[in-house]
Amino acid sequence: MDIFVQQLINGLTLGAVYAIVALGYTMVYGIIQLINFAHGEVVMIGAMVAFTVINALAAAGLPPLAVVLIGAGCAIPVCMLVGYAMERMAYRPLRLAPRLAPLITAIGVSIILQHLAMLVWSRNVLAFPQIIPITTYSFFGAIITGVQLTILGLCFAMMAGLALLVYRTRLGTAMRATAQNPLVARLMGVDVNRVIAATFIIGAALGAVAGVMVGTYYGVAQYTMGSVLGLKAFAAAVLGGIGNIPGAMVGGLLLGVVEALGAGYIGDLTDLCRYGLGPAASCADGGHFVLFGSNYQDVFAFVVLILVLVFRPSGLLGERVGDRA
Amino acid sequence: MKRSKLALTLLAVAIGVIGCGKEEPKKPAATQAPAAAPSIDIKIGHVGPLTGAIAHLGKDNENGARLAVEEANAAKIKIDGKDAKFTLVAEDDQADPKVGTTVAQKLVDAKVAGIVGHLNSGTTIPASAIYNQAGIPVITGSATNPKLTEQGFKVVFRTVGRDDQQGPAIASYLADTKKPKLVAVIDDATAYGEGIANEVEKTLKAANIKVLPREKGTDKTTDWKAVLTKVKGKNADAVFYGGMDATGGPLLKQGRELGIKAVFSFGDGACTDDMTKLAGAAADGLLCSQAGLPPQAADKKFLEAYKKKFNVDPILYAPFTYDGANLLIEAMKKANSADPAKYLPELAKSSYKGATGQIAFDGKGDRQDAEMTIFTMKDGKLGPVAIIKGGKTTDYAEFMKAAGAAK
Repeated sequence: MDIFVQQLINGLTLGAVYAIVALGYTMVYGIIQLINFAHGEVVMIGAMVAFTVINALAAAGLPPLAVVLIGAGCAIPVCMLVGYAMERMAYRPLRLAPRLAPLITAIGVSIILQHLAMLVWSRNVLAFPQIIPITTYSFFGAIITGVQLTILGLCFAMMAGLALLVYRTRLGTAMRATAQNPLVARLMGVDVNRVIAATFIIGAALGAVAGVMVGTYYGVAQYTMGSVLGLKAFAAAVLGGIGNIPGAMVGGLLLGVVEALGAGYIGDLTDLCRYGLGPAASCADGGHFVLFGSNYQDVFAFVVLILVLVFRPSGLLGERVGDRA
Repeated sequence: MKRSKLALTLLAVAIGVIGCGKEEPKKPAATQAPAAAPSIDIKIGHVGPLTGAIAHLGKDNENGARLAVEEANAAKIKIDGKDAKFTLVAEDDQADPKVGTTVAQKLVDAKVAGIVGHLNSGTTIPASAIYNQAGIPVITGSATNPKLTEQGFKVVFRTVGRDDQQGPAIASYLADTKKPKLVAVIDDATAYGEGIANEVEKTLKAANIKVLPREKGTDKTTDWKAVLTKVKGKNADAVFYGGMDATGGPLLKQGRELGIKAVFSFGDGACTDDMTKLAGAAADGLLCSQAGLPPQAADKKFLEAYKKKFNVDPILYAPFTYDGANLLIEAMKKANSADPAKYLPELAKSSYKGATGQIAFDGKGDRQDAEMTIFTMKDGKLGPVAIIKGGKTTDYAEFMKAAGAAK
């Protein structure tokens, strides 16, 4: 049981990060129907900037929490700037172009950002200084670290904050109006370009926080880290229904949990010896004959994605995809 | 119709072969003409990942080879009566087998005389087929997968030990000193990681130690929590991971975070000083093995020259690529030719005292009597604890004493 709870905690932490990154994808998609493939790179830049700052301050003798906060405080504006710059320079000129053009541009921006980061931060794996002491708490027999608790708390707080922003403020109303129909929104006096830029900036800020969290949690950052993370988060956004903000949150958490449970249990579940089916030679004396091991961890997440798309093409919570195409 | 096509192809191939054969003798004549003092340009290729997760190791390898080439130039070697001018052609294979073969072909086309590399087993194995076809000798200083020299290629050599020597070494050390009852073996699904993990599993099983079903990640995995939680649930008292340091560091750190008290042991890919940075205090007590002798046990002269030239200490395999490049140069000197076909027999017969000790190759191109070193991490520093050679374990301090006496 405690192992199950542990896997659940692992999955939720991972999923919370996916959810935050997925929000960046889904917000942009919701508003201009663009899959911003460069969003994973924004997360990476967030981690890199935080690395530089934390590395520089590690020896200064400040309390670890303050160092990480300063790191995040530097990463967020940098990422916001990157988010704004790419919207302004790469996507706005293509606002009226066919949809394929900005999509390919997004891939281009992603490659450019990745290689810029390579030039700035080198191609090495950067190891975050281990300044945060490992504090652990027991929770139903499972172990949860202070960092994990912080990540979970922060992610839920950010999701709640974003929901408030979108559903309770003037900017949020303008964003939803633009998402529904940019032309009519403009007629109603909404500055559409500003709203779109704001969407990119907010998404980038969330991405920056996600980057700092991933960096400090795993202790490593590298210029390629954004691509896989971005892909998983994108899958999470699609899983929840792309363009739908609560969907991205649900999709991210679900994907994380499925991945953790999948990797944790698939080996045991497909151990043929449990069912008396395996070859006698390997099953003898409590041996194992495992059909699928934890190497199928990533496959698991995407199998769930395919299943959801087959049976619910608009994603778990997505409803208004059809009316846009 | 078909037959005539075949004939045409054969003819084309024949012309190609003859064409190539004719071209070669012309070359030295062309280089000879303009220079007053006859000189000969000899290109030596080096391939390793210069981008990606293990670029730091790739650069380290390249530096080793570069040092050897520059020393050879400074020594003003004469080959065939001409001043030999060596150049190092360094290529990046991104640790990717596909890129590795492309780069290999590029070097073959550039008519390099010999190759030092690649770094990874996964890139060296497919590339070796291309070098073999072109008849160009290749010496790797770090690819430890046994398959490399089992392909029957006459041009492939390595100055480093094999996984099936290294795997048993770390596994038997683990079994003897830590006496685990149940071991979890994890790998990163690369040719190297899987290869060494298989050897460890085999040795452990032979010592009647139970091994859990293999767990796998990838060479980019940073989240090992799911796998480790499972390992924790099974109460394994030792963990072996076959993979590189960039993934091994997070693995170790997360294992300790989950409260796993088992002994962690790694192969050479994760046996670097970077482990302290990557895993922090969690790295303490780590056991790991390196094929060959540790860089700090390499020849003093080499260490000083390396430090002076590159302003850093060698990380891992630089002494082996240094020896690799020197072996090529040495064989060319002996054969008095930079023609691969002429100096290859000399290379196979090498008996050379390099920075990593006496080097001679067996029939397959593997280094005879390769040493394996077991390290342990203590207070953030990797320190050698034992040397294993030919199945015999020697305490490191004693080994160094014996080596010192021999010198």
